[in-house]
Amino acid sequence: MSDMTRRDFAKMSAKGMALISVPLLFKADPLAALAGLPAEGGKLADYYTHFGVDEDLIRKVMAVALERGGDYCDVYFQHQINNWIGLEDNDVNRAYSNVDFGVGIRVLEGDQTGYSFTEEITPEAMKMAAKTAANIASQSKNAPPTKYNQVKCPDYYPIKTAWEDVGIDQKIPYLQRINDLVFAAGKRVIKSKIWFEDESSYVLMATSDGKIAYDYRPMTTASVSVTAEQDGKREKSWYGRGPRAGIEYFTPDVVNYLADEAVRRTVELFDAVKPEGGEMEVVLAAGNSGILLHEAIGHGMEADFNRKGISIFADKIGKSVAKDFVTIVDDATLPNMRGSINVDDEANATEKTYLVKDGILKSYLHDHISSKHYGVNPTGNGRRQSFRHVPIPRMRNTYMLPGPHTKEEIIKSVKKGIYTESFTNGQVNIGAGDFTFYVQTGYMIEDGKMTAPVKDINIIGNGPKVLSDIVMVGDDLKQFLGGGYCGKDGQRCLVSDGLPTCKVSSITVGGVSS
Amino acid sequence: MKKNDKLQLAKWAVSAAIKAGADQAAVDVSNSRDIETSVRDGQLDQLKESTQNSLSLTIYAANRYSSHSTNDIRKESLGKFISEAIAMTKYLTEDEFRTLPDPKYYEGRKDIDLGIVDSAYVDVTSEQRVQLARDLEEAARTRSDLVISCTSYYSDSTYGTAKVHSNGFEGVRDGTSFSAGAESTVKDGDKGRPSDWVWNTVRFLKDLPGSTEIGREATERALRKIGQEKIESGVYEMVVENRSASKLLGMMNSPMRARNLQQKNSFLDGKLGEKIASEKLTIIDDPHIIGGLGSRLYDGEGLTARKRTLIDKGVLKSYLIDCYYGKKLGLEPNGGSTSNVVFEYGNKSLDELVAVMTRGILVTGFIGGNSNDLTGDFSVGVIGLLVEDGKIIKPVNEMNLSGNLTELWNQLVEVGNDPYIYSSTRRPSFYFKDLSFSGI
Repeated sequence: MSDMTRRDFAKMSAKGMALISVPLLFKADPLAALAGLPAEGGKLADYYTHFGVDEDLIRKVMAVALERGGDYCDVYFQHQINNWIGLEDNDVNRAYSNVDFGVGIRVLEGDQTGYSFTEEITPEAMKMAAKTAANIASQSKNAPPTKYNQVKCPDYYPIKTAWEDVGIDQKIPYLQRINDLVFAAGKRVIKSKIWFEDESSYVLMATSDGKIAYDYRPMTTASVSVTAEQDGKREKSWYGRGPRAGIEYFTPDVVNYLADEAVRRTVELFDAVKPEGGEMEVVLAAGNSGILLHEAIGHGMEADFNRKGISIFADKIGKSVAKDFVTIVDDATLPNMRGSINVDDEANATEKTYLVKDGILKSYLHDHISSKHYGVNPTGNGRRQSFRHVPIPRMRNTYMLPGPHTKEEIIKSVKKGIYTESFTNGQVNIGAGDFTFYVQTGYMIEDGKMTAPVKDINIIGNGPKVLSDIVMVGDDLKQFLGGGYCGKDGQRCLVSDGLPTCKVSSITVGGVSS
Repeated sequence: MKKNDKLQLAKWAVSAAIKAGADQAAVDVSNSRDIETSVRDGQLDQLKESTQNSLSLTIYAANRYSSHSTNDIRKESLGKFISEAIAMTKYLTEDEFRTLPDPKYYEGRKDIDLGIVDSAYVDVTSEQRVQLARDLEEAARTRSDLVISCTSYYSDSTYGTAKVHSNGFEGVRDGTSFSAGAESTVKDGDKGRPSDWVWNTVRFLKDLPGSTEIGREATERALRKIGQEKIESGVYEMVVENRSASKLLGMMNSPMRARNLQQKNSFLDGKLGEKIASEKLTIIDDPHIIGGLGSRLYDGEGLTARKRTLIDKGVLKSYLIDCYYGKKLGLEPNGGSTSNVVFEYGNKSLDELVAVMTRGILVTGFIGGNSNDLTGDFSVGVIGLLVEDGKIIKPVNEMNLSGNLTELWNQLVEVGNDPYIYSSTRRPSFYFKDLSFSGI
């Protein structure tokens, strides 16, 4: 958290919203009764004030949680504010917002979980939730920690101005500018739709093994959809960005790129063809194609699936799974990237975790339960959608490191195949390993050259097989900068991915059959 | 929160919004209590239990529109929430099409009991919940020695909402739901660990199938996948079992929405009254089914819910028109969302449909994939069973089904007699001829 943000946060806790002149979307302190408390004594104290708790109250809640002998418990406070504004038919004429506030209490006995949350952060409501969560256990009582140690967090997403300090009047001009650029960029454009979202999530968490941590997690997403018409035919596409960043991210260059890229992707579709389906060589463009890693290996390496024995990667640690120039990481530490986190949702420090190093399977992605199960250090992947959810192992930014080939030589090596450029979604069956990703736009490759554009094709493969079929890796690693979510067990999580240009020797492409 | 408390709070918030400067306002207050129990590999795995509240506020002020929600429903917080929402709305551009619905659309609401509240809910005990989950898991686990891991789930929920509009709408509704399911993973030699699941949701506890039935089915479905592999690309017939057919039907929903018509983003634009599917396809939106998971007397905008035909023997009869985009298009609103979706059912069971296939794929699951609302083109991953001369030959996966939605629904030759009752979309199994599958 930057100094600026900390100050703003302190101000917000202490004074609430009333003194601000521009309409700031719900910078309200939900604990109005506590808003007058002084925000002195450093950052942790600010968070205590904000949530209306202190170390002693947390200890008392934990004492209730451990009353039936659970061997671990944690509490997770969250205050999240989301704002959306939308432009349609040339006007910014709609806005939405959501405020969410509460605390989740979890009790573990071994790997068994008791969970409850409350939206009222009062001692009574929290103790009631703790009592409910405690029901998982049935032993004699354990004691809460006598001392909490603050987990020192780095700042992977510095921002200049916290989103609560950015009024809607400051956001609207960006949408209008992008709309103007979209219509200026192409005569064929008939509709433009632009969405802008910002998110501020404040979290404070404590564990019964004595850790306490807090984090401010900003996020913003801009999405530009374009519909164009040519000779009576319509096409639609879109482009977006989704960093953990402040409004300063949207420089004139970024704004221009958002408009130009959305138009380019749309008008190109007028020339797109449907490929013939079947197995073929596939070249994955640098950047967004990292969705392949997310589906083909990332989920299968989440340790909950492995401790239960239901992943196709269970029992494969230390084995060769890919060519020796393939190294894949899951990295929480990339500056301002969507999947970065300063601390995970179980108060564990985060890191850059190697899933595959030089072709060898290295490490699963762990949460608290799985790191205990395997007797290893946590990797900082214990994440949750909100205080309503239990933490589970989740990816962060998953990408492949650069390899020995160039994009040019990779494309030149393909006789007949597909070059995939942009994606919308993917899915995987963890145990069987079959996974898909949906290609929104791409190109045919014929005799070493990119030819006609293609669109709307699903690609399906088997995770371990596709990993071993990665036969070329480019030197041009790019991160996907768009706004992706990952869904698992009914929980949504911010993630991103990245890839250098890569060639898979054979994978099934959806298309027409004769 | 009691039913009347929610209604009173909604009324208070509407008048507070008007006092603070809104011309019109709509408020929804809801709360729910959710309890979930799961058992994994013979041991209690998770117990979750919580209560939550939400208030959402839609504002129309000086021809401007915005919508906001919060879970902090104390009046002292809401006052500030409402005044900030209104202050913010004034920065938006005017939009003449945004108003609350004309009150004439509130008229004619039926006064019937939809049968969506199970009074037995309050009698369910923690012990019962755990026992149900244990029984489910045991049935799944003991079905085969090839089982690697099983997890079962039992959950129940009670919820209530109150809705108030400043131009005269008031509505309250409550509901209960009960879900039971299991997921099973089995060993497939060195090849993989196929899994499958069963997840059934009903309004009344007594309507849940037996735990043994659910648990065994989950494992049997996983066992059926042992040896699955892709087969050669080509043109195949396809039978989609009822529960999996939601994927294909869902792709038709978005292009039917007024928003996508107005935004020139629908391949169904201009197709009203035209034949867009085989005459075997009739789709009806029926809000008044007793005990239906989608049953309602009014929709999300307060419009009185009415039975309507969406597709009649392949002819597109109705779009899904909400008030805002209806006004923009100059069309009468009829409700922008569906309630219970029912079909004209055929007279063959799933087995009987499979028995008449010559060479095709019985689809038991879709994976990933997507569709293009504007063109109707789609491509989706397929998991299923190869059928030849009415007999199941072997399991297949890693295949893609690709085509165009208009072409797909025109290839429909037969509809099953087996509505899937664990969803608000009570789809039958569908039998299609000649579709493009990509594999080897």
